[in-house]
Amino acid sequence: MLRVEGITAGYGPVTILRELSFHAQAGQVTCIMGRNGAGKSTLLKAIMGQVPVQSGQITLNGVPVHLLPAHKVPGQGIAYVPQGRRLFGPLTVAENIEVGLLTRNKGPRTRDFVLDLFPRLRERLDQVASTLSGGEQQMLAIARALCLEPSVLLLDEPSEGLQPSMIALIRDTVLRLRDTGLATVLVEQRVDTVLRMADRVAFMAHGRVEVDVPREGLTPESTLFQKFVGV
Amino acid sequence: MSFGPFLLLAVLEGTVMAAVLALTAVGLSLVFGVMRVVNVAHGEFYMLGAVIAWFVTYYLPFPPALVWLAALIIAPLIVALIAALTDTLVLKRLNYDPEATIVATIGLLYMLQQAALTFYGPDARPVVAPFEWRIQLPWFGYSGYKLFVVVAAVVILAAVWLFMTRSKAGLVMRATQVDRDTAQAFGINVDRVYAGTFALGGALAAAAAVLIVPIQQAHYLMGHDPLLLSFIVVIIGGLGSIRGTLVAALVIGLSDGIISMFFSPTLAKIIATLLVALVLVFRPQGLFGAKA
Repeated sequence: MLRVEGITAGYGPVTILRELSFHAQAGQVTCIMGRNGAGKSTLLKAIMGQVPVQSGQITLNGVPVHLLPAHKVPGQGIAYVPQGRRLFGPLTVAENIEVGLLTRNKGPRTRDFVLDLFPRLRERLDQVASTLSGGEQQMLAIARALCLEPSVLLLDEPSEGLQPSMIALIRDTVLRLRDTGLATVLVEQRVDTVLRMADRVAFMAHGRVEVDVPREGLTPESTLFQKFVGV
Repeated sequence: MSFGPFLLLAVLEGTVMAAVLALTAVGLSLVFGVMRVVNVAHGEFYMLGAVIAWFVTYYLPFPPALVWLAALIIAPLIVALIAALTDTLVLKRLNYDPEATIVATIGLLYMLQQAALTFYGPDARPVVAPFEWRIQLPWFGYSGYKLFVVVAAVVILAAVWLFMTRSKAGLVMRATQVDRDTAQAFGINVDRVYAGTFALGGALAAAAAVLIVPIQQAHYLMGHDPLLLSFIVVIIGGLGSIRGTLVAALVIGLSDGIISMFFSPTLAKIIATLLVALVLVFRPQGLFGAKA
């Protein structure tokens, strides 16, 4: 289990996360919702070691990860798909996947697994990543992350800018991965997507998780969406 | 000598210059491309390579070919070590801030120059070529060593190309060049990549100097011209683009060789500088660089 306990974090003198607590369980999709500036993306970056944690702790199955340098975090089994995909654009699809495989010394079996998950990528292995369509880029971003064979997958707004059919494909993939026992943390703004995917929903405001509830009982009309997301 | 043979001689001289320049400029381009550091001390790595080559060939009691080969291995290794230490002790502490690293490498330039003046002295000293061999063409004789310099530079550049495009380390460097934060999110130790890149850049400059020093002599101020020409090449080719750097080195090297032979070396530098100005005005990203 990924457990975030009372962390305070930010950029230099600017504090973004304030004594935030949160957890993600294996075999569950935990969605994080909140308005712009609530600290959702910063939370994922803090987990990845890209934003320094000033106090509190982050543990994965009891092992502290917040003290590790950023490049050691993925080796613990935490994979990250950043907002905007952040692919290695001039590199080919095959090379992007290769970078993912290098992280934890994974081999052809893992490569085949991710390419079976997204067969369209197999047809475009030699294509430069920046020339893929938006949906294909998102597939590659997720495939690259899955090359780590992670136990926790952090996804920052993967449906942003995608057409509905592609959103559905990514949603189905995430749910399949959940069923294999992967703990998924999903930052998402679309209520319909959250209601279809989430096992739990954490609502953030002012750098804290204010409400953390099971999806059951939430409907599109729930006041929590109105209060924390403004829809 | 009639025009044809004279032009052939100029082209040969330009090709030698282009080969050495390509080697030096690729080092500068790699450092900027991966680290976003403008290394003003790059010319001093070149100078150090030549000076170390002189020490190695002067003090090692072996035949010329053997000591020169030793210099080609030892000088780049020592310069790579100095570059890696500079990265760890200076650039990393500045968090690779673009402005701060320019100031720091200017400081490094003077430190290395003064160190060379102190320990090597102010004199230009010759390094014996590894072999004496002349090709006799119908119109003139030409140094076989100069042609060897071209071949050796092409072999080293091909090795760099293969390293960057075929090896895991090259893949890691290219990924870091694209996005440092995302590279870290995939377990890439960016500090180590930066130290390795700075070392590789320095080693390439030093290797270029070892190749050229039997033709030019080693001197503590010899880093200025290669630095200027490398910047010209890197700007014209496109900052961080190895392909652009190679093409620009060929153009600048050949034009420098030809114009120097037919007119004067000063005019060659003036034209190269004008070319940079034109590129900066009409295509600021360089011939092969990506738009910001």
